[in-house]
Amino acid sequence: MTVTAADFQTPGPAKAGDERLAHVGRATRLLMRPELGALLGAIAVFVLFMATDATANHLWIHQTGFAAWTQQASVFGIMAVPVGMLMVAGEFDLSTGVLTGVTAIVMWFFMDKLHWNAWLAIVGTFAFAAVVGLVNGYVVVKTKLPSFIVTLATFFVLRGASVGGVLKLNAGSTQVSLTGSHYSGMASAKTIFGSSFFASKALPNGYQTADIWFVIVTIIGAWVLNRTTFGNWIFASGGDANSARNVGVPVARTKMMLFVATAMSAALVGIISFTQASSAVSEQGVGYEFFYIIAAVVGGCFLTGGYGSAIGAAIGACVIGMAFEGVIYAGWASAWDFTFLGVILFLAVGVNTLVYQRAMKARR
Amino acid sequence: MAQVKETPLLEMRGVSKYFGSVNALQDISLQVNAGEVTCVLGDNGAGKSTLIKMLSGVHSPDAGELLIEGRPVHLPNPRAAQAQGIATVFQDLATVPLMSIWRNFFLGNEPTKGWGPLRRMDVGKAKTIMHSELAKIGIDVRDPNQTVGTLSGGERQAVAIARAVYFGARVLILDEPTSALGVRQSGVVLKYIVQARDMGKAVIFITHNPNHAFLVGDRFVLLKRGRMMGSYLRSETSVEALTEMMAGGAELQQLSDELAKLADAPDIEEIAKEARELAQGAEG
Repeated sequence: MTVTAADFQTPGPAKAGDERLAHVGRATRLLMRPELGALLGAIAVFVLFMATDATANHLWIHQTGFAAWTQQASVFGIMAVPVGMLMVAGEFDLSTGVLTGVTAIVMWFFMDKLHWNAWLAIVGTFAFAAVVGLVNGYVVVKTKLPSFIVTLATFFVLRGASVGGVLKLNAGSTQVSLTGSHYSGMASAKTIFGSSFFASKALPNGYQTADIWFVIVTIIGAWVLNRTTFGNWIFASGGDANSARNVGVPVARTKMMLFVATAMSAALVGIISFTQASSAVSEQGVGYEFFYIIAAVVGGCFLTGGYGSAIGAAIGACVIGMAFEGVIYAGWASAWDFTFLGVILFLAVGVNTLVYQRAMKARR
Repeated sequence: MAQVKETPLLEMRGVSKYFGSVNALQDISLQVNAGEVTCVLGDNGAGKSTLIKMLSGVHSPDAGELLIEGRPVHLPNPRAAQAQGIATVFQDLATVPLMSIWRNFFLGNEPTKGWGPLRRMDVGKAKTIMHSELAKIGIDVRDPNQTVGTLSGGERQAVAIARAVYFGARVLILDEPTSALGVRQSGVVLKYIVQARDMGKAVIFITHNPNHAFLVGDRFVLLKRGRMMGSYLRSETSVEALTEMMAGGAELQQLSDELAKLADAPDIEEIAKEARELAQGAEG
């Protein structure tokens, strides 16, 4: 008798619960937005390093700390945003890290070996990267092989070429550099790409111009992804490529354009690092491709495609920048930053899984 | 009506399609008129899906031609078909579960505003249109940002149909819209079909359910193993005739005989007995 009574009561409260779910749904959906999750994570990491800051004047919360981690975050973020967008479209690019180094070497080659003006070299470097991206995209789209494999191949080709090419061109040295000040256009190129601003007594070295490029890339990425037709196609290409094709979305073209955009962003990072240092090392950037992917995942981009955020990826890059610098400020052995990133990645993947389940839960 | 029949809105003449050595479709001819429902009937593997994929620009025919208002057309991709006023509701609905309803509704046909690099989707307009279009077929969307993945099967079907009706100025193709639905929801979909017909659209309704077809159809085209078995007007046929032709009367009789034989076989009896014993054992 009691059992049947309980059985009869269950549907009542369950229904009321469903009604309430619909209302709470909106609030939680806001909380479940990819950017917001990443932002809360970033605040948590910031506070953690604020608490563990072991520097004499607690510089972490001062301009010094801010400039330090943004310097790291900017060059990660310029890549994390397009890499995240590519992930939303359902593709990976593992050649991004090494390409940031190779493009720096390419710029050196144009300037030192071909005696090009710096600005012409910059145009040439972007063009070189565009070709690499086009090859990546074309092979992925035409062969329908997983982009993971295709870009892994590109990664090894570029890595080998960067070592072999530099050794051959530079008489056995692994580092290439511009010596002297006779390179035309280099001064103005450095002002735009590789210098700093807002230098003050408190912050003698100022902030990197790369920070501005980071903001520009993030704004463009967020705009394209959320507000343009192309952005709609990116979500659809990764969410369900077949359905997208059936309603007239040019999936292949969308993916190829993203591969090109990602490679050209790598060129931007290469140009920034080369104008900063006037030098480049072979194998520079190798391994960074994983940081870009971690940043994108922390920012809420699904590894399976179809969902994600450019602003989230940018925040993810900030988390990585803070992790690298914060470990130094906390006085820990710098080897631990990898462990730290691994734990963050685990947490991010957990949050993303929750978001996915919520987005896919059928409301009947 | 007589005028329409002289030049059908959409016509296929002797169309064939091969996939490697497989003849998916051979020598198909059909005519579709505005304000009529043309039902394409056939069992699994009859070539129904291949047929609509050619009409919607997913595949190109290997032989024969497509005519719209008497003019031969080439539909190299779904966009070209859409431009000709042919809208298709695919069996898998062609919706992206992780995307919001309004993004799905306008996917591939996004309304834009602004110029040059500032050209962007007109989100407000998209949401307003989606809202009113879905209201027309009786669905009230509370939150346009809700993902399609959270909708039920019937609601998803409604979104896909509303989208096709909105964009398909002239021809609406529905691929097995009722196959995954219950009786009531099927009824709702059949109502959408009649609504679209009354709006003067040519509706092509692909199904393997002769009962559903006969409820709304004006013409019936039967496909079997990639060939046309016949084309009938409503006045020339009945539900029973359609069912019999689809299943193939002789084949059905053969199947019935085989089943009867199986039931007579002693080993079947044995197996059934063993099963009963096992079931009793499990209960005890």
